[in-house]
Amino acid sequence: MNALALKKGSSRKSAYDLKNPQGDHQETHTITVLVDNEAGVLARVIGLFSGRGYNIDSLTVAEVDHAGHRSRITVVTTGTPAVIEQIKAQLERMVPVYAVHDLTVEGPSVERELALVKVAGTGEHRVEALRLADVFRANVVDTTLESFVFEITGAPEKIDTFIELMRPLGLVEAGRTGIAALSRGAHI
Amino acid sequence: MSRQMTGAQMVVRALRDQGVDTVFGYPGGAVLPIYDELFQQNKIRHILVRHEQGATHAAEGYARSTGKPGVVLVTSGPGATNAVTGMTDALMDSIPMVVLTGQVPTFMIGNDAFQEADTVGITRPCTKHNWLVKDTDKLAGTIHQAFHVATTGRPGPVLVDIPKDVQFATGQYQAPNQSQTGHYNPQVKGDIDLITLAVEGLEKAERPILYTGGGVVNSGPGASQLLRELVAETNFPITSTLMGLGCYPASGDNWLGMLGMHGTYEANWSMHDCDYMLCIGARFDDRITGRVDAFSPNSFKVHIDIDPSSINKNIRVDVPIIGDIGHVLEDMLKVWKARGRKTNSEAVAKWWEQIEKWREVKSLNYRNSEKTIKPQYALQRLEALTKNHDRYITTEVGQHQMWAAQFLGFEDPHRWMTSGGLGTMGYGLPASLGVQIAHPEALVINVAGEASWMMNMQEMSTAVQFKAPIKQFILNNERLGMVRQWQELLHGERYSSSWSEALPDFVKLAEAFGCKGILCKDPADLDDAIQEMLDYDGPVIFDCLVEKHENCFPMIPSGKAHNEMLLGDASTKDAIDSGGAVMV
Repeated sequence: MNALALKKGSSRKSAYDLKNPQGDHQETHTITVLVDNEAGVLARVIGLFSGRGYNIDSLTVAEVDHAGHRSRITVVTTGTPAVIEQIKAQLERMVPVYAVHDLTVEGPSVERELALVKVAGTGEHRVEALRLADVFRANVVDTTLESFVFEITGAPEKIDTFIELMRPLGLVEAGRTGIAALSRGAHI
Repeated sequence: MSRQMTGAQMVVRALRDQGVDTVFGYPGGAVLPIYDELFQQNKIRHILVRHEQGATHAAEGYARSTGKPGVVLVTSGPGATNAVTGMTDALMDSIPMVVLTGQVPTFMIGNDAFQEADTVGITRPCTKHNWLVKDTDKLAGTIHQAFHVATTGRPGPVLVDIPKDVQFATGQYQAPNQSQTGHYNPQVKGDIDLITLAVEGLEKAERPILYTGGGVVNSGPGASQLLRELVAETNFPITSTLMGLGCYPASGDNWLGMLGMHGTYEANWSMHDCDYMLCIGARFDDRITGRVDAFSPNSFKVHIDIDPSSINKNIRVDVPIIGDIGHVLEDMLKVWKARGRKTNSEAVAKWWEQIEKWREVKSLNYRNSEKTIKPQYALQRLEALTKNHDRYITTEVGQHQMWAAQFLGFEDPHRWMTSGGLGTMGYGLPASLGVQIAHPEALVINVAGEASWMMNMQEMSTAVQFKAPIKQFILNNERLGMVRQWQELLHGERYSSSWSEALPDFVKLAEAFGCKGILCKDPADLDDAIQEMLDYDGPVIFDCLVEKHENCFPMIPSGKAHNEMLLGDASTKDAIDSGGAVMV
């Protein structure tokens, strides 16, 4: 019976959206973890993932409350529904952890990632890169006569698409932050 | 009442304020200031072990037999790394333990200094939590918080790493009531709606079983009492994991014996065929479940556990109740009584008839011998001759451990201290030492195999020094018995490195340690020999030469279900298929 329980605030209101909790299909979830920003806390969380064989697709961490020394870790992970449930339970019982939220099931959320993308080229390629950057609302943060560094923010898929488009136009390298995510609306 | 003192003084003061009377440890360069403070006081007793692993297991024995946290003090580098096994053992079995390690001074950390190791890094996965203290003002508060974390929620080992300059520096001492224990405060009360659901299932149950574990021990003596009340009121059958033995008395009418890989026929069949399973403080470990997809296929499962991550980890349950066993059982009994104390007693009586049939199989039977001592027989005689003593049992790991669980009866919790989750050979001797230190007047016996025992036998020296009259009851088959058994069943009887050659003469070894040695090889002499061991006022090494090729039955082969048990006289050929062979 608990298998059918939906968390409060879930956007999935229909029983048709329920998935078999014992299913072996893979799901991707965005989980945020609020922790004490003490020495080694990131290693502790990462060690949990590696030690128990969980996946990390993306990981972002920074102190979000300087006075309270609290950091927010945003981790995107993939696993079966049972594994996702275990990951949350394992995170929740860690001593420096205040709260764990699974944004994927707890309701609508926004996810953003920032990337810096270096593209080198001249002539047509250079013009086309700049035009596409404009389409994607990327900013130019550095330029030479034969290169640009673009700054682009958006959902991870948008950044993937932008980087793919830059590849034939002279992509040199890209740096990505990993995603930061928050639930929509007034509540946590 | 805060005041200035050195870090080393703070450590001793904090331990005293936490009610610590005993510390197991080993000195070294990075903890000398703390040892200097210990030297200048009489409230805390220091037990000098012979190896840091011994200190951790002794602390476990102390903790498992008292319910209080065990305290360990070791030096940096090798002192800390040697303590890793004991901490992992305590983590797996949820034993409260506080380990204090010395560290090189803060300004040398990271420089590969002499006896430097990244102790908090190494022990992060084998502690519940750990801390490196770089500021003397924070030392006392951190130690108090360490005790809080070790003993609340699901208990476990914690470690505080203290650099030597922090021990020398002066700072402000904080008493326990001034210290912030942080936000770590696990939930102890269970959800009353879920408890009511569990009670509804209990009332209707036709074939119920109570499956209990170490969580009942950890919850305290009240939980054990409530469990007994529940069994007495409902007349439900009860079984337990290796870790939970003693919570319900082995002499109780409803006791089915231990369940799991080497559990009894009646316990495992009851688990398989039940329609209502109440799991109380156990965690559906693989030794218990056997093949998970065939585990108790038709039951309504209720799981009470203080650790949410234990729920639905291996087996999906119908009603998960997160909370402390004592609190939840109390509420459960209240709800059940308020609803009119109903059970389906007619159906339960029929269920008992079925269970009696399983009991008649007498799965613990073995073929005795007049020529050689069967290990089971040795334990039966030990049980008979020690039953009326104030008795504590520890074990090493292997066949003897399973036989001890099968053939010794435990009437109360905290009387049976064994390495369950990690299965640490070498655990038993130092653990028995820790138990004896906590209970100086009691009879403490370590049931051992000769191979496990030799892994930490240096601790006999500690026992002699501290006049701990521990009895080492070694079932000596000159084999790594459990390894040998698996090789027989799984690896074509190719006994690769599973026999002990060049074993010491244990009687002479005992003499060399300055204790008593007893050799027994004839079943006819066994009772007298055991009596001699019990009568001797001091540590004893009892070398009991037993049948060399005895296998431990009953057994659920790996990868098999509860209803596919092997009994002693069954054919074991091809009992384990290739799927099971990869499992441990």
